[in-house]
Order: sequence, then C-alpha cells, then structure tokens
Amino acid sequence: MIPGKPSTFTYSVLPVLTVVAVLVVVWYAAAIKMNSTWTYDQAARAGTEPSFSEVVKDTMQQDRPLLPVPHQVAAELWDTTVEKKITSKRSMIYQGSITLKTTLWGFALGVVVGIAMAALIVLSRVGRLSLMPWAIISQTIPIVALAPIIVVLSNAIGAGSLLVPKAIIAAYLSFFPVMVSMIKGLTSPDHMQLDLLRTYGAKRSAVFWKLRVPASMPYFFASLKVSIAAAFVGAVVGELSTSAISGLGARMLIGSQFGEPMIMWAALFAAAILAAILIFTVGAIEKILRRAMGGQPV
Amino acid sequence: MTSPVIDVSGVDLTFQTNDGPIHALKDVNLEINKGDFVSFIGPSGCGKTTLLRCIAGLETPTGGDLKVNGLSPEDARKARSYGYVFQAAGLYPWRTIGGNVKLPLEIMGFSKAEQAERVRKVLELVDLAGFEKKYPWQLSGGMQQRASIARALAFDADILLMDEPFGALDEIVRDHLNEQVLKLWARTEKTIAFVTHSIPEAVYLSTKIVVMSPRPGRITDIIDSPLPKDRPLNIRDSAEFIQIAHRVRDGLRAGHDE
Repeated sequence: MIPGKPSTFTYSVLPVLTVVAVLVVVWYAAAIKMNSTWTYDQAARAGTEPSFSEVVKDTMQQDRPLLPVPHQVAAELWDTTVEKKITSKRSMIYQGSITLKTTLWGFALGVVVGIAMAALIVLSRVGRLSLMPWAIISQTIPIVALAPIIVVLSNAIGAGSLLVPKAIIAAYLSFFPVMVSMIKGLTSPDHMQLDLLRTYGAKRSAVFWKLRVPASMPYFFASLKVSIAAAFVGAVVGELSTSAISGLGARMLIGSQFGEPMIMWAALFAAAILAAILIFTVGAIEKILRRAMGGQPV
Repeated sequence: MTSPVIDVSGVDLTFQTNDGPIHALKDVNLEINKGDFVSFIGPSGCGKTTLLRCIAGLETPTGGDLKVNGLSPEDARKARSYGYVFQAAGLYPWRTIGGNVKLPLEIMGFSKAEQAERVRKVLELVDLAGFEKKYPWQLSGGMQQRASIARALAFDADILLMDEPFGALDEIVRDHLNEQVLKLWARTEKTIAFVTHSIPEAVYLSTKIVVMSPRPGRITDIIDSPLPKDRPLNIRDSAEFIQIAHRVRDGLRAGHDE
C-alpha cells in the first residue's frame, strides 16, 4: 500500500457501508413505527397493555406487516433463492431467470435497433429528418400506456408467448441511450481526421468503417450500462403491465395484490440484485473490450 | 525545362462568412519545382495553411489556376499525389503505430504483404522501427508526429504537404525533427511544402521561402535560399543563414506595416 493513499476499504467500501447502515437503521425505525399500529390494535382488542419492548418485538415478526423489517426480507429472500428448488414457481431464481431472459432479448433488440437508427441518422439526411423526431417522441410516451397495445398487437400477429411483447417493451426503453450515444460517437471524428481520409481519396464507406465506427466505440460502451439498466426496467414494467404471471415484476404485483408484503419486498430486492449483476457484467465486458482496442489503462 | 510540380497562378480565395466575405488569398503566384523544399511563413491569418489546403484540394480557390503534377488539385488528390501531415499527429488511438501507418494503404487497397513491407520501411525511415506494436499513448509527442509523417510517406507520393507539423512541440524536439526531416528529404527526394511560423525553422529547412502577409492573404516575398543542401544544425550560426533570416523578418515586418 502506498503511504498516505487511502486504501480501497476507506476509499470505496466504507462510504457505501455507511450509507447502508444509515438506511437499515431508518428502515427498522420506520418499520417499528408503521407496524406498531397493528400491534396496538390487537392489544386493544385483547384488552392488554403491551410494554414498549413487547411492541418492538412484535413489529418484527408479523406475518403481514405494513413494512417488513430487513431481516424478514433477507430470510424470505434466502428461502426463495437457496432453499426453494429452482423449478418451483416460488423460487426467485426461477422468476429472475424469466426476467433475465426478457431483459437480454430486449437489450439485444434495443442495441441493434439503436445502432441501426444512429447509422441511418448519421449517414443520411433523410434519415436524420425523418427518424430523429420520432425517436425523441417515442421516449415521451409512457411505456405503461403503450404496453397493453404492444401485447394486443403482438398477439394479433401471432406471437405465441408473452416473451415477444415483453422483449419489445424492454427494447423500446433500451434502444434510446444506445442511439443517442452512437450518434454522438459516429459524429465524433473532427475535421482534421475527416480531411486526412479525404487526402487518401477514401470512400464514404471507408470513412464509416475505418474512422466513424471505431471512434464511436467508447461512446457505445458507455451507453451499454445505461441501456441494460433500461432494458431491465422495461422487462419488469412489461411483466407488470402485460398481466404476466411469472417474472420478478409479476411477483411484485402478486405480492401487493394478495397482501404478501414479504414476497413483494423479496422480489424487489431480487430485482435490484439482478440489475446490479447485469450492470457489473456489462461493465466487466466493457473493460475487456476497451483493453482490446488499445485503450490506455486507467 | 520541366514544368513545375505545383503551379499556382493568380489564385484567389474568398470565404463567405456571417460577418461578410473574408479575403483569404489574393492573387497568389508560385511555382514549386520537383525536389524543392518550400516553406510558407507568415503571421496567423496570412493564408499559409489555406494555400496548402488549396494545393491539397481540401479548399477550392474562387479564382485563378492551380495545377499539381499538371492535374487539378481535386484530381491530384484522387490520384494520391501527395501525403499530408497535419498540425496534430491525429493517430487513431485504437490502432497500433503500425496499424496507423497501414491505414492509407488499407484504404488504397495495397496487398497485405506489400502493406507490411511498406510499414516496416517507412517506420525505419522515421526512426521508429521497433515501435510498430505500440499504441500512440505509449509514445512521446515528437514520436507521434514522426509516426504521422511515416503514415503520409507510406504510399510513396512524390509530394509531401506539411502543415505546421512541429508547431506543438518544444524547441529541442523540434530541432531534432527538423534535422530528421532534412535527412528524409535528402533520402526520398520528395517535393515538400511546409507551413511554419518559425523563422529559423523555415530558413534551416527550405530551398525556397515564401513570406506571406494577412488581410488579404498574399505573398510578399519569395526567397531562394543559397544554403547548401547538406545542412548541419550549426549552419544556423553562419552569416548566410542570419542574412536570410533577416530578409524573412523584414518581409514579415513590411507585410505588417502596410
């Protein structure tokens, strides 16, 4: 360790842990406050007068609390990931895999569409004038409003499973960051670099493949992390709004509709963990690709 | 008498800008012969870079006649008659030095074997043999600019156009590169047009010094250097050298006073 330089722990782990600790404390306090209403109601009905410590104890072990405490959620998460068989409908791993599949299809579709639209917009004036306004308008329409239409339409064209509309919804959210970044990336070469290729008598296609595309890669990589996160949100929203019965989004909905807060919270955390894994994975791939493209190690 | 490689006669160029027209070049006449080393020197805004860009076909004059190898600049550009070195090295960060030098060769459709052979040769020419596999960020500014010169030389055009290639480098590196450019010029016998704003650089390198003035951009003096072709760095202390430098300075001052 270099003297005077803060270690990784004090530098990056400690601040995160501090925030987590504060959140957990706030969470417990809020849970005790919110759940105590029910405890007092029960006590009043039974005609008992519970002490404060009894109240606190009770707020942490209710079956259907308003707000489950962290260790209850953790227990539920443990139960539904490690204890349950993966094939079980109650397994978060099973539900997560469905959301993951939707996310990845939507992400792939979104990246392809985003790149294609950026290329059209950069290469042709017609593309720029006709596509750009629609691309921007597309992002102003709430996806929740569009989701049922997408489901109906994809049923009409004979898409058997719910995967198609869900993936389309995920792609709908994830193409935009890729498109915006790729437009910026493909137009990033400056005049000098373009002039240089002109002095070689390079054709437009050579300028595109030898200069614009490689120059756009850092922008592309940066957009992937945003895009995978958007695809994930799209997948969950798709599950919520297509009356899907499986996937983490559907679990959240079921949890809330049937008054099973534990399921809802566990699904929420499973979703957060899955999203973190996805973003981390994309980040790692990005690092490898950057190095392969001669990037200066940071 | 052979015809000049670059023949500029009565060239005018006016840019239309939002603030009205700008007279970038006015009645420019110049002949550059095969094997000449011509420097364009003058204050900023005198049109020296613009003139070089006109020769390269990157700008189109609004009047007059310009021929490169007997062709229009546009056709000469398409015939790949010249290599152009910009002020910044502009190497692609995603390509190795070898890959950067190979770029024009790929675009021009040289065979793989020929590409490799030429890359090896020109990197040797600019003293960068052994750096083929390095990435630009691993090289100093001077080395990067040498790599960009190698890139301009790779397809072996007769003419080398250089736009303040060493302007961003420090004096020591610049002296060293000036020596190298002279050696390169002697070995390859190319015709070189070189834009600079350094008087010692212009006098040290050139067989012909073109002094330019701004508003409107024009040539005020053309000096044929009597210095021998073989020039050690210390030639800059000789009486002849100082005399030419004086004349260049006078030319620049005269252009300013008008």
